[in-house]
Amino acid sequence: MKKTYKIEVDCANCANKMEEAAKNTEGVKDAVVNFMALKMTVEFVEGADPKEVMKKVLDNCRIVEDECEIYL
Amino acid sequence: MTKKQKKVLIRIIVSAVLILIIRRLNIADPVLEFVLFMIPYLVIGYDILKRAFKGIIKKQVFDENFLMAVATVGAICLGDYSEGVAVMLFYQIGELFQSVAIGKSRKSISELMDIRPDYANIEDEDGNLIKVDPDEVETGSVILVSPGEKIPIDGIITEGETTLDTSALTGESIPRKAEAGDEVISGCISLSGLIRIRTTREFSESTVSKILELVENASSRKSRSENFISKFARVYTPAVCYGALTLAVIPPVILLIAGRQPLWGSWVMRALTFLVISCPCALVISIPLTFFAGIGGAGKAGVLVKGSNYLEALSKAKYVVFDKTGTMTEGVFRVNDVVTADGAPFSGEEMLKAAAYAECYSSHPISKSLKDAYGKEIAAERVSDVEEISGHGVTALVSGRKVAVGNDKLMEKLSLTVPKEEVIGTTVYVAIDGKYAGFIVISDRIKKSAKKAIADLKKIGIKKTVMLTGDIKQVADSTAMELGIDEVYSELLPSDKVSKVEELLSSINGKEKLVFVGDGINDAPVLTRADIGIAMGALGSDAAIEAADVVLMDDDPEKIAKAIRISKKCMRIVYENIYFAIGVKAICLVLGAFGAAGMWAAIFADVGVMVIAVLNAIRALSVKNM
Repeated sequence: MKKTYKIEVDCANCANKMEEAAKNTEGVKDAVVNFMALKMTVEFVEGADPKEVMKKVLDNCRIVEDECEIYL
Repeated sequence: MTKKQKKVLIRIIVSAVLILIIRRLNIADPVLEFVLFMIPYLVIGYDILKRAFKGIIKKQVFDENFLMAVATVGAICLGDYSEGVAVMLFYQIGELFQSVAIGKSRKSISELMDIRPDYANIEDEDGNLIKVDPDEVETGSVILVSPGEKIPIDGIITEGETTLDTSALTGESIPRKAEAGDEVISGCISLSGLIRIRTTREFSESTVSKILELVENASSRKSRSENFISKFARVYTPAVCYGALTLAVIPPVILLIAGRQPLWGSWVMRALTFLVISCPCALVISIPLTFFAGIGGAGKAGVLVKGSNYLEALSKAKYVVFDKTGTMTEGVFRVNDVVTADGAPFSGEEMLKAAAYAECYSSHPISKSLKDAYGKEIAAERVSDVEEISGHGVTALVSGRKVAVGNDKLMEKLSLTVPKEEVIGTTVYVAIDGKYAGFIVISDRIKKSAKKAIADLKKIGIKKTVMLTGDIKQVADSTAMELGIDEVYSELLPSDKVSKVEELLSSINGKEKLVFVGDGINDAPVLTRADIGIAMGALGSDAAIEAADVVLMDDDPEKIAKAIRISKKCMRIVYENIYFAIGVKAICLVLGAFGAAGMWAAIFADVGVMVIAVLNAIRALSVKNM
């Protein structure tokens, strides 16, 4: 399952870091951050609960980039 | 500018003024000087310091804020107050510029694709117009579009006529006529008259929604250049930081062992310079921004590119394979030539009129093309005694004259001898009052711009053009000859086209790309199989939009070369930016290591390069005269 979220982030490299962080989150199969469109597309592992996973994704993103936001 | 950006701007101005004042004062007391310089430093840098501190807690040491904080605090500790503050100031200027530039280009690109309709007009029971959200309009409802309004949902005109401005969709500036019975697509602007449209789709399935979705998602499919640069950034920053550490420790230790002055301060300063250069943002921002601008610019020209990766691949196109019908030709049968027999007592116009009258009751495609070519109203009451002879043609009395229209068999039946004509297409013979009058050639017409399109492709370095068609050899060969296409394969079934493309793909080397251009009807498998599938005139055809990588919104074949030129320009900018940014940083690193470039040069390597790269990237938006 794929879902797209609006995000808020200031710099392109931070967006790349968020993408890495999201990819490495448990329950996420793949993630793409589109800095120009300020969107994050997350593909979830089969059977994962997107809501739970996205909470973890946001936590992980906050570690690499303190001032980022994902609108869940 | 947003509120956030304005605040940063004010901080920049305040601290810049403060720095100038403090430098003017020439303070002799080092403690007072330090205290005074701390004011602009904190004004401009407090948020960076705060974030750097948070980063340390979260163990994110290669964070840019951390790097800037270490570099500037280091400089201040070494007594270079004004340098430390200035570096922070320039860093903030760079960040501000970046955020404004990106916000601007985001906005201009979304304005470019400003085809989203805000409302649809429907009539309530009393005939009053009400505005509703296009999402709420059910399929089959009737909507009204006044002059100057956007058509919100795909449908068929039931009443009224107008001219349509399709430029937002196709880049084509000449308005198109539309009247009752015509299918219209959302996103066009109705210019002249009030029309009623019966919707044939829901809003979310309409052309305009499809296009917006496609463009918005395009930059999510990342190109190899983008992936390269983000990988590079991941390695680059730590590498330069370790380099800085080495620079700060090793040379002084060696000097110390050699029994000379270790010069700690100077080496540490050089190391701090490294830290400033190590920020990767200039590299990382310019590449996706270029693609984003390139895709936006292409969209403006009526070329929808579904991903940065396709734009990149398109620039390497060396082979272009075409479908014939509907791509190079118009795909509609039309009268191509009217030739009267030698000494015939009437003009071609009169003969065409007679033929159109005789065929007026027939619904055969050929009759239709005759009627279209004649173009005027047909007074059917002047036609009598119509006899259709299956497989031969039609005979009729038109205003009292006997007219026969059909193939050579019909002429034979009327015992008339006709010259054997070597023409491309279908020949229709006409006899009037029992005498052979001439012939009319009906064929699929080659598009006006097709020849120029092929010439353009040659000009931009396409090695080979190939045409695939299901049509007969004679027609295919003559079309290819006329257009200047290098190779032609005719009488192919749709599945043959796939295997032909596969054959071509296996014969070319991996760096060269093969493009297939089709009209999206029946060629979805080929579109998918080719390196880049281009569907043309595909508006409204979901299958084609789905299967293709690039969609040309109108059916002008010249757009193929245009799309390739846009991709080449975009890729040139991408490479310029990559080489420029990495090059300047590398030079500054080398100079910095030898002490020839100080923090000023370093901050230029970071901010200056970024500003130039961003400005360069925005050039990709402009696709005029391409």
